[in-house]
Amino acid sequence: MKAKTTAFIAFFTGLLIVMFACESQDSLEFKRYYVNGKLIYQQRCQNCHGANGEGLSNLMPPLTDVAFLKKNKQQLPCFVNLGLKGKLLVVNGKTFSNNMPANDIAPVDIAEVLTYVTNSFGNKMGVVTAEQVTAQLKACK
Amino acid sequence: MRKIAALLFIVLAYSACKNGDANSRLPIYGNRDTKNVVVNGKTVVDTVYQTIPAFRFVNQYGDSITENSLKGDIYVADFFFTTCPSICPIMHRNMLKVYADFKNVPDVKILSHSIDPKHDSVKVLKAYADKLGISGNTWWLLQGKKEETYNLAQSYLTRRPEESAKDLFIHDGLFLLIDKQKRIRGSYDGTDEKETERLIADIKKLRAETNTEIAQ
Repeated sequence: MKAKTTAFIAFFTGLLIVMFACESQDSLEFKRYYVNGKLIYQQRCQNCHGANGEGLSNLMPPLTDVAFLKKNKQQLPCFVNLGLKGKLLVVNGKTFSNNMPANDIAPVDIAEVLTYVTNSFGNKMGVVTAEQVTAQLKACK
Repeated sequence: MRKIAALLFIVLAYSACKNGDANSRLPIYGNRDTKNVVVNGKTVVDTVYQTIPAFRFVNQYGDSITENSLKGDIYVADFFFTTCPSICPIMHRNMLKVYADFKNVPDVKILSHSIDPKHDSVKVLKAYADKLGISGNTWWLLQGKKEETYNLAQSYLTRRPEESAKDLFIHDGLFLLIDKQKRIRGSYDGTDEKETERLIADIKKLRAETNTEIAQ
């Protein structure tokens, strides 16, 4: 009986350790993407989209529309990489058709900046990995 | 006794600061010259301040705008272009705060000069104004001869705009505050939120100053 209890406790403790280890590794990866992404955001995106992702009137779209980000999740790396030219986007109920410049940066940088954007300004969409971005970039039209 | 002295000192220092603040006038920038004028039969030396020279531009509504359109107005000037990817969005995000504060004040105006008149036609400027969310005659987006705009930029003591090899325009992100006598009274970093707050405070100060002068 005692042995069973000990084994159970040992198993349960082990399970907890594994769970926490996994979680901390995930959160470590998330933090790495997020922190680097913040820097890229400040250098490349903030002028137009604002320090709080607020955008600028009807000129620059805000990055606070979770529904838009979720709906266009697959396209987001394409937007960052190729930019946008006169495409009509409906964000937060407003229509935007301004040009956005292309960004010649590595997929991992795109993944980092998207992790930052989709987990800031009230968004909470989890990590975007370099592998996902690489795959999505291949499908850009 | 010491305590009272210290307290008195604090009170005096505070009132001195407060006094200084209320009476302090904004500086007058630029080169200055002197001229002799005759007042009551006596020749006295008067200071001549640098002023913004005459100009002629077109605003977003297609109206012709000259220095006479600003008679009796305090105004804020800046230089930008609508396709500017760098500092212009930050400048105009800040300028919107100035606009929000003074859009119903009749003697305050904002003049944004396009340094890329070739692309920034009246139509493009109107579309930009609409998207920016500005209307009425408080904030004019102006375009005209490029040379005239570039020369004017220098009159405002900002750097003369340049075109780089990549055909992007390089310019200062300054907001300039001009009084009713067309003198430069303030210069602010338009990309900085704190500087924009200072500009808003200085516009209020300048309005109080000129309105007192008129009352006298």
